[in-house]
Amino acid sequence: MLELKNITKIFNPDTANEKVALDNLSLTLEDGDFVTVIGGNGAGKSTMLNAVAGTFPVDAGSIIIDGEDITKLPEYKRAKFIGRVFQDPMTGTAADMWIEENMALAMRRGKSRGFSWAINDKDRRIYRQMLSRLDLGLEDRLFHKVGLLSGGQRQAITLLMASMNHPKLLLLDEHTAALDPKTAAKVLTITKEIVEEEKLTTIMITHNMKDAIAYGNRLIMMNAGKIILDIKGEEKAKLTVEDLLNAFAKAGSDGAANDRMLLN
Amino acid sequence: MDFMNWLAAMPGAVAQGMIWGIMAIGVYITFKILDLADLTVDGSMVTGMATCAMLMVNGWNVWAAMGVAFLVGMVTGVVTGVFHTVMGIPAILAGILTQLILWSVNLKIMGKANQALPARNFDVLVTQLRKYESLVYLALACVIIVAALYWFFGTRYGMSIRATGCNEKMSRAQGINTSFNKVVGLALSNGIVAFSGALLAQYSGKADISDGRGAIVIGLAAVIIGEVIVSRMGHNFVIRLSGVLLGGIAYYIVYQTVIFLGLDTDLLKMLSALVVAIFLAIPYLKKTYFKRPVIEQKGEA
Repeated sequence: MLELKNITKIFNPDTANEKVALDNLSLTLEDGDFVTVIGGNGAGKSTMLNAVAGTFPVDAGSIIIDGEDITKLPEYKRAKFIGRVFQDPMTGTAADMWIEENMALAMRRGKSRGFSWAINDKDRRIYRQMLSRLDLGLEDRLFHKVGLLSGGQRQAITLLMASMNHPKLLLLDEHTAALDPKTAAKVLTITKEIVEEEKLTTIMITHNMKDAIAYGNRLIMMNAGKIILDIKGEEKAKLTVEDLLNAFAKAGSDGAANDRMLLN
Repeated sequence: MDFMNWLAAMPGAVAQGMIWGIMAIGVYITFKILDLADLTVDGSMVTGMATCAMLMVNGWNVWAAMGVAFLVGMVTGVVTGVFHTVMGIPAILAGILTQLILWSVNLKIMGKANQALPARNFDVLVTQLRKYESLVYLALACVIIVAALYWFFGTRYGMSIRATGCNEKMSRAQGINTSFNKVVGLALSNGIVAFSGALLAQYSGKADISDGRGAIVIGLAAVIIGEVIVSRMGHNFVIRLSGVLLGGIAYYIVYQTVIFLGLDTDLLKMLSALVVAIFLAIPYLKKTYFKRPVIEQKGEA
């Protein structure tokens, strides 16, 4: 499904701030995998996701989705295959545009846009239906600017948008980290529902070890641009926070078991 | 102030205001929709004037001349767009570079610093010699432009341009080619600006190399005044564009009025710039010096 082959990304090469963000990283995802990713700050989690999404070109390696090499494809063309939700609720939606306009934009992701009218009544019915399943009362607010909504509401809408048209890959970059615990839990529940219903191949970065264990069928731990732990299926089901902490300690990097992770 | 004289000057002020209002709609596309400050307009306005004047002097029909002016204006926008997106030059600087390029280009188009286009000798559409007839044509042009833009920005593609200006990162994540959209937006904007230049050349009966100086400021003033005028009338796109047109008209009525009041016309550009500066500063000043306490939002999802 998704194949990362020997990906290397170095930020600020040949300067004092040189940082190897991804170090010859390889990863293969099966169809329908729901992978949670944990690791300390600077471990390369977001860099990996952004490399897949095409935010920047990688220095070496190749990225393959369903047999198609997308390494050289610009970000906007990769969007055809990929739905994304970002950490900052502001990032995933256009604040000055209405809810229905945001959804209409996402509805054409990976398709030609053309000059037909962007939204008709049939579209509206579909959007209402999708929004009503969030159970946030947003189905009656199609004409509200997204910027007026709370962070949780925006993330929920971004999730809906990202999952439209059945993307081959859903990338969630700590999409609940900026939310209060109660809202975060709600957004995570919606995430789980959407991923399971649509059977989306998903990568979810999280700082919360419990969530990393509770969600998905596979867990990856990263450190210094490498994958240091990769646990699937049965074995993942038996995983405890203790196990993860031990793994972090073994990795030995001070960045790995930072305070934020321990607090979780 | 002689009130009757002032009143007699109003049709002219409204006509000029409409022409600059159309120009300001071009500015609105870049400044408000694309969130880019595009300074190309000081040049592309004159490019439109020069193109229309020279074509008509060479026997072209007025409609064809205006059409070509629009197209040439679009090309100037593409130049700025390529400077910005392909060559990575900051938008403001890209616009300034094109503006300077256009100074030479405009001189070359006209072959000299100015070109007369007397309405007595040419079959122009709008002219200060026939103000009321001109007003009808200008009103028609305004209606057509607003309607066309309402349609365009309501289409799937047009909406993707709005998204580009609103949130670039989100747009790319939704598969939108933001660089291309910026070029298209700049082209459309400068096409409209050049079209308004074509109207202005006809109306004033001349094209002068320095006519575009400070056009961006007048355009911004119209956009800002327009926002104030229609601020309580909702967010409908037609209302907002109409607001920009009204802003242009209001600007020229004020302009005529202060001239009638005996203000030194040398100071007009300075005053225009200061008014725009103050209005542009208001959001920042409000945020910085008149901050209201933030109301905590409790955890509703």
